[in-house]
Amino acid sequence: MSLLLQASGITKLFPGTLALDNVQLDVARGEIHAVVGENGAGKSTLMKILAGVHTADSGQIIFDGEPIAPSSPRDALERGIAIVYQELSLVPPLTVAENIYPGRLPTGPLGFVRYGQLFRQAEEVLRSLDLNVDPRALVSELSIAKQQLVEIAKALSFDTKLLILDEPTSALTEREVEILFSLLRRLAQQGVGILYISHKLDEIFKLSDRVTVLRDGKYVGTVKTAEVRADDIIRMMVGRELGHMFPEKSRVEKQPLLEVRNLRLPGQTAANSFTLHAGEVIGFAGLIGSGRTELARAIFGADGVESGEILLNGQPVTIGSPQEAIRHQIGYLPEDRKAAGLFLDMSVKLNIESANRAAVTSGPYISPRKERALAEQYIEQLNINTSGVEQEVRRLSGGNQQKTLVAKWLAIQPKVFIVDEPTRGVDVGAKSEIHHLLRRLADAGVAVMMISSELPEILGMSDRVLVMHEGAIVAELAAEAASEEIIMQYASGQQPALAR
Amino acid sequence: MTALSSRETSPRYKSNTALGIVGQLVRAREFFLISLIVVIAVALHLKTGHFITERNLTAIALGFSPLAFMAVGMTAALVCGGFDLSVGSVFALGGVVTAVALRDDMFGPALPIGLAILAGVLAGVLAGMANGLLITKVHINPFITTLGMMSIARGAGYAITEGSPIARLPREFFKLGQGEVLGVSNLIILALVVMAIGDILMRRSAWFRQIYYVGGNEDAARLSGINVALVKMGVFTLSGMLAALAGVLSVSRFTVADPGSGMGYELQVIAACIIGGASLNGGKGTVFGALLGLVFVGFINNGMVQLRVPVYWQNLAMGVILLVAVGSDMLSQRLQARPRARKTEESAAPGEPAA
Repeated sequence: MSLLLQASGITKLFPGTLALDNVQLDVARGEIHAVVGENGAGKSTLMKILAGVHTADSGQIIFDGEPIAPSSPRDALERGIAIVYQELSLVPPLTVAENIYPGRLPTGPLGFVRYGQLFRQAEEVLRSLDLNVDPRALVSELSIAKQQLVEIAKALSFDTKLLILDEPTSALTEREVEILFSLLRRLAQQGVGILYISHKLDEIFKLSDRVTVLRDGKYVGTVKTAEVRADDIIRMMVGRELGHMFPEKSRVEKQPLLEVRNLRLPGQTAANSFTLHAGEVIGFAGLIGSGRTELARAIFGADGVESGEILLNGQPVTIGSPQEAIRHQIGYLPEDRKAAGLFLDMSVKLNIESANRAAVTSGPYISPRKERALAEQYIEQLNINTSGVEQEVRRLSGGNQQKTLVAKWLAIQPKVFIVDEPTRGVDVGAKSEIHHLLRRLADAGVAVMMISSELPEILGMSDRVLVMHEGAIVAELAAEAASEEIIMQYASGQQPALAR
Repeated sequence: MTALSSRETSPRYKSNTALGIVGQLVRAREFFLISLIVVIAVALHLKTGHFITERNLTAIALGFSPLAFMAVGMTAALVCGGFDLSVGSVFALGGVVTAVALRDDMFGPALPIGLAILAGVLAGVLAGMANGLLITKVHINPFITTLGMMSIARGAGYAITEGSPIARLPREFFKLGQGEVLGVSNLIILALVVMAIGDILMRRSAWFRQIYYVGGNEDAARLSGINVALVKMGVFTLSGMLAALAGVLSVSRFTVADPGSGMGYELQVIAACIIGGASLNGGKGTVFGALLGLVFVGFINNGMVQLRVPVYWQNLAMGVILLVAVGSDMLSQRLQARPRARKTEESAAPGEPAA
């Protein structure tokens, strides 16, 4: 096999982060090469550099024998590098053919599209890929899998030598994955090099010839897939020390507070059961899209439930809306504080009282005195750095915004506090403050359900860890038994060897 | 840890105080508007010699009193992130329904005055509820919904009257719109009372406070336990009800129900609310601001009449004022958003390498 791509010394600096630090990667013709790493390892950035979306700050890319520096996606495409993103980039109301040739439609002298020619061309591309898709069909009528295949056809409608796929199977069923894999294998046989990014280790073992591992923007190594086991790759991906920023865990006896029994969400097959105890921080680990947020929102009444039961203090309760959840003193801190948590253009005061508006009223009227008192209490308690209660939340730093959001939920005096990525995008100091606060809440008898995609946070905070994979809770681990390796194995759908 | 976080935020603290000053200037919008109104009044007075007279000011107030009712509902609609284009038509429909109910030769026997008024207001309530249902349940946006209702209500008014104004109403009914208390027209008093109540409710009532949350961030409002659909239903119902009430009172004043009345009111009311500080993005606005906006629009309108500007130019001027008001709202939002845009770029960048 001759080398198709050879990238070395790739470095990319974003303001505040070294996204890639002297990374290397090579792909042979006809090779399926997997790239793995945890969230934030730099996989997507590396692919975007190859595809011309970003430009590397330094480093060399030799493609097909000559050095290149793709300046735009168009430039990369014309050289033969095509990328298929995680999110589909098709236009649903247009035909398959129009989606394969956007911006390159064959036109007549007056600028009208020659549809006959377009459909013939598209048919040829689809046939060469053995795809049974009508070029005249509307994309909106196709299944997600077919759409994914059309996306690949679009990428291959150029004279593609290197095809990059970023998490292409996240929306596919098992059968659809097989169709995709057999297409990829056929392409590889024709000499196309394939870069395959995925979280799912089972896929990587099924599909790839070699695996390159990145960690925190650095190159860890490249191994032949046939010569390693999943454990080895996970160790290469994780391999870092835990910080000391976490509070001490609790040792008290715990009473069940919230019991979830056979909760099934619409459109899902898995029914989940678990129990939250008063005084406990329970960590929900899993990959992005593993269904943790959906589960949390269902418990909070934000989204519907197909079947199942929720018990609070042993009593069955129905929670059909966030109002009812709040009435039961269940709080939910959403993962996206700007979109779903805060009222950015409103004051700190109005944000803090927003979930417990009854606390600042006397009769049907709002009491400005109570408003101020409530806001000042939490600004003081959470050490929120603001010029005053009237400060617009938009003007606060990320950490102080997050603390304001936490304050909003503390104001309902939660008994159950569901936090979804509680420290995403906040500075180290505020992060630690939030960790200690959550632990203090637990020590005061609150049941804390913490969803996090940061394994150190999961391990550092949780008294118990539940791991989710594709909508189902696949493992429950005691704090002592949990490790990044074991969690990653469960989260990526592997069954860890019991011998460990 | 405290040291760490305060060091991190200290530069922002500086910009906070700078922004505090800007914020105070923005809050002084009312002050600016009042000054502008005074300047316009004095200028017009100097030019015409009779602008600031009791007679003229009363005439302006009387002419604009129907708009005051609508301005309360429109402020609520704007604060919750929408607007109501149907108020002018619902105004006409409300008047027509009451007039028809008062006549014994149209659609059955005459109703007592109280019930007839109620029927007119009820027509507005129904139109508003229909708006609310279409927006919250069918998820048609407020623009199309209320544009459709604008045509439906207007059409209903014409259909009921077969196009001609309804007169010959009982004299007793005119007492409401033509009566006075201590020399001040009932209509002006009612308009001020409704605005005062509206202002207090929007500022201090716990229920109305929800409108600001819905307009500020609908998703967050829902997760904060606010019944967003119910709030929007309430807002649009209120807007329809007040528009119809204004229409009924107008018929009482003019003694005739004209299905073609109230055309273009929606533009004037929206312009007044936005001049008064309401934002098309939702989450902001006060009834007091809308009152100032109304006075501004009223003075400009009356000024043009006094200066003998042809009526066609008056429409043109209204459109310009609306666009200038909305345009300056958008511009000031963009200016406010600028530091935000930079911030999201910053925060997006570290997120970039995420796989």
